Amino acid sequence: MTTLAILLMGLATYLCRAGGYWLFRQIRPSPLLRSALAYVPGTLFVSFVVPSLIQGGLQSLAGGAATLGVMIATSNLLAAIVAGVAASWAVWGLR
Amino acid sequence: MTQPAVFTRAGLLRGARDVVPLLLGVAPFGLVTGIASQGAGLSIGETVFMSGFVYAGASQLVALAIWAHPPPLLAVTLAALIVNLRLVLMGPVLGPWLDRVRGWRVWLSLFVMTDQNWALSVRDMNRGGPDAAYLLGSGLPMWGVWVVTSAVGHVAGQALRPPPGHPLFFAAIAVFVSMLAGMWRGRRDLVPWGVAALVSTAVAWLLPGTFWYIVAGAVAGSATGALRDRAADAR
Repeated sequence: MTTLAILLMGLATYLCRAGGYWLFRQIRPSPLLRSALAYVPGTLFVSFVVPSLIQGGLQSLAGGAATLGVMIATSNLLAAIVAGVAASWAVWGLR
Repeated sequence: MTQPAVFTRAGLLRGARDVVPLLLGVAPFGLVTGIASQGAGLSIGETVFMSGFVYAGASQLVALAIWAHPPPLLAVTLAALIVNLRLVLMGPVLGPWLDRVRGWRVWLSLFVMTDQNWALSVRDMNRGGPDAAYLLGSGLPMWGVWVVTSAVGHVAGQALRPPPGHPLFFAAIAVFVSMLAGMWRGRRDLVPWGVAALVSTAVAWLLPGTFWYIVAGAVAGSATGALRDRAADAR
């Protein structure tokens, strides 16, 4: 079942990678669809992150704030992840 | 379409050289995915298979966050489809290159297309770079680093065995939070992102234990943004 799940995920992903190029060679997408698709990455990540930060409580909120702060200040992915985990760990240890 | 296909070894190597600094950014992301995969109960073989075949970190992390045994097939497939929708828009941008190349070169190049090497390739193409092999050349090293660091992350997770809820797993969320910082396109994102935050939180509360909150938030936020922009253009 795990193998099947990974296969399906891989096919879905490749459909996005190659299908977009293939499809938009055949048809012109409407400006509304184009504009909506351009909003997908940001709104999708917000929708993933915000509920899990809230659900994770203070530990997650502290980690999220530290990650965001370091990312804005340094634009360094590794530093931001480390800072987020460290802040989350600190709050977790304080309990 | 009259111009000959340009797909050379030199272009391949130039892409591979230009992508090297970005590999450093991919490695921690791969490690985090490996740790998350181990935490979700996947074997190292399954982890390598997922990283090599799906090869899309954000969707892998979302799927692993909702993973179960047996895995929810519809949910993880939809997660991959929706998280990777952005790739639908990225391929066509490279049309001027890809339209002049035939067969496997196109489809293999698209298989290794990710946010990072796509951005590199668009830059090279816009500067007048004629060689479509640049996309594949910059993609293959990233793919290799991704698969290897996922495996290393799995081994690390196995050695540490962090319990569920351990702050180490926060790394997966941290990846998304940092990527959000780079996705902010200015004030026009404020309302769509706000709508996405509200709707996703509400749906997560109404339908606990499912992943519909991600879909609902993304659809509501994107539709809000697109409809608002159209209304503004009409004025």
